[in-house]
Amino acid sequence: MKTRYTPTPLASHPDEVRIISKRFGQGAQDIDQYIRLDGYKAARKALEMQPDDIINEVKASSLRGRGGAGFATGMKWSFIPKQSQADKYILVNGDESEPATCKDRLLVEYDPHAVIEGTIIAGLAVGAKLGFLYLRGEYRYLLEILEKAVDDAYSKGFLGKNIFGSNREFDIITQTGAGAYEVGEESALMESLEGKRGIPRLKPPFPAIKGLYGGPTVINNVETIASVPPIIINGGKWYASFGPEKNGGTRLTCLSGHFNKPGVYELPLGYPAKKMIYDVGGGIPNGRTLKALVPGGSSTFLLNREEAESASMDYDWFAKRGEFLGSGGVVAVDDQTCMVKFALRIIKFYQHESCGWCIPCREGTDWIKKTLTRFHAGAGMEKDIDQVYYLANNMAGRTFCALGDAAAFPTMSIIKKWRSEFEDHLNGKPCPFEKNVREMALV
Amino acid sequence: MRYSPELEDRFQRLVTIYPWRRSALVPMLLYAQDEVGYITDEVVEDIAERLELTPLEVRNVISYYSLLRTRPAGKYVVQVCTNISCLVTGAEDVLETCKERLGVEEKEVTSDGKFSVEEVECIGACSWAPAVQVNYDFHLNVTPEKVDSMLNSYRGGAKA
Repeated sequence: MKTRYTPTPLASHPDEVRIISKRFGQGAQDIDQYIRLDGYKAARKALEMQPDDIINEVKASSLRGRGGAGFATGMKWSFIPKQSQADKYILVNGDESEPATCKDRLLVEYDPHAVIEGTIIAGLAVGAKLGFLYLRGEYRYLLEILEKAVDDAYSKGFLGKNIFGSNREFDIITQTGAGAYEVGEESALMESLEGKRGIPRLKPPFPAIKGLYGGPTVINNVETIASVPPIIINGGKWYASFGPEKNGGTRLTCLSGHFNKPGVYELPLGYPAKKMIYDVGGGIPNGRTLKALVPGGSSTFLLNREEAESASMDYDWFAKRGEFLGSGGVVAVDDQTCMVKFALRIIKFYQHESCGWCIPCREGTDWIKKTLTRFHAGAGMEKDIDQVYYLANNMAGRTFCALGDAAAFPTMSIIKKWRSEFEDHLNGKPCPFEKNVREMALV
Repeated sequence: MRYSPELEDRFQRLVTIYPWRRSALVPMLLYAQDEVGYITDEVVEDIAERLELTPLEVRNVISYYSLLRTRPAGKYVVQVCTNISCLVTGAEDVLETCKERLGVEEKEVTSDGKFSVEEVECIGACSWAPAVQVNYDFHLNVTPEKVDSMLNSYRGGAKA
């Protein structure tokens, strides 16, 4: 089956700090061009370093997981046992499925060798000889780009039994998924790569001790891995200096929804959300105002306008509120959008993607979806509002993996902040924003 | 089961590269589906044999992944994302227009077998919403007005 390839549009803004996007649009898919643009220098440098020095450099950078959880990358690497009977593995998570997140695709599309190079460095740091690059099944054109890049790296001797002539070995295997959000969860990802249903595993043991094929495994997001080569070249301190303390560097921020200038922008951590919305994103179209902001993928707590305009886009600003910065997927929602419908669409997604393994998630997402579907269609009762909140609150923290939390958090924040919109749907009143409420097929 | 020489080569390679042979299962199913159109009983049995699994173990995996199907779909599967970023930028109208132009409902196949339409979850093209995928091809910033030319580009002989 042939895929048609149309390059994904690139955006730019003067406030961007281009560290991982610096090669975008410069033909870096070509290995020689990548090398001309400083490519594979970091891997060569890492080969001269002691494993602990590589890990310390990454620790000093305060790079944190860009998939959404925000765990310190250097710390994660340091959990891998030095001595291990079982083989160790690097698993790069390119399952990118968190709604509103579309950054990893750009990295793989425009700078695939940076992903390969970061994987090699991670392997050197922890003593792994095999890395897997897992892409979601929908990203077939990216798999083709990545497979070519891997082949080219083998041809140059950058992968294989004697990488860069160092007598050390590192292999990479590319892998495709086949449509499953849940597989983005690290233990489900390992199950999928082992050829099984993507059901999460009980932790502990954590992947660093017993992961893929029973061996110690580092699992990092594509963007996290692509951030490693510049850290090795320029030093951890340099990288850390772009953001607030413990929130080093930059991240690809995906603006979508009601922005005048949607697009993916590389912004430093701690960037003011107000500038991100009105300057980088160009504000809200059609003379409307911002009602809500999804800060980092549909699983995060939504912010109202006032909160959004005072937020700082770093992990700790959100953590202090008991909330999450998330995956980089920022959605602006204007004042003409029905928040009941928005909540319904979010829960439909999580209900559809729940693997059904644990009861609170399987039942919770389903009952919330059923209730909100009826509610939005005009057959809601006042007690439904508290009932939905109660269901979500009882899912949070009580599910086998974070999918239950992902479904609960946005639901709870929407009910808390826009309760009046739910009340406006009561007593047979039609949805104030939509004349003909249509049923979505994914019920 | 006979596949194209290309796919046969790929299968030969896939069953050898992983530490555990079973890791080849999901990619093999997807590539077989791409070629055959859907995962037939024959494909299930063939892949099970190649990976030393039972057909039941293979079916157990198929039912988990939403891209894998055990029934025929159109030659071109029009997948319209309606998740949040696409929803707020008009994806429902795009979905309706696709169904209307093709005269089919959700997951139905057109009488000539060429197209089917599905509402899908986020396909990772949020900053260029609304987004549609036809098989593996991405179509970005799709509007109801652009639906006709998008569909026509898959109709052999017809002008795009």
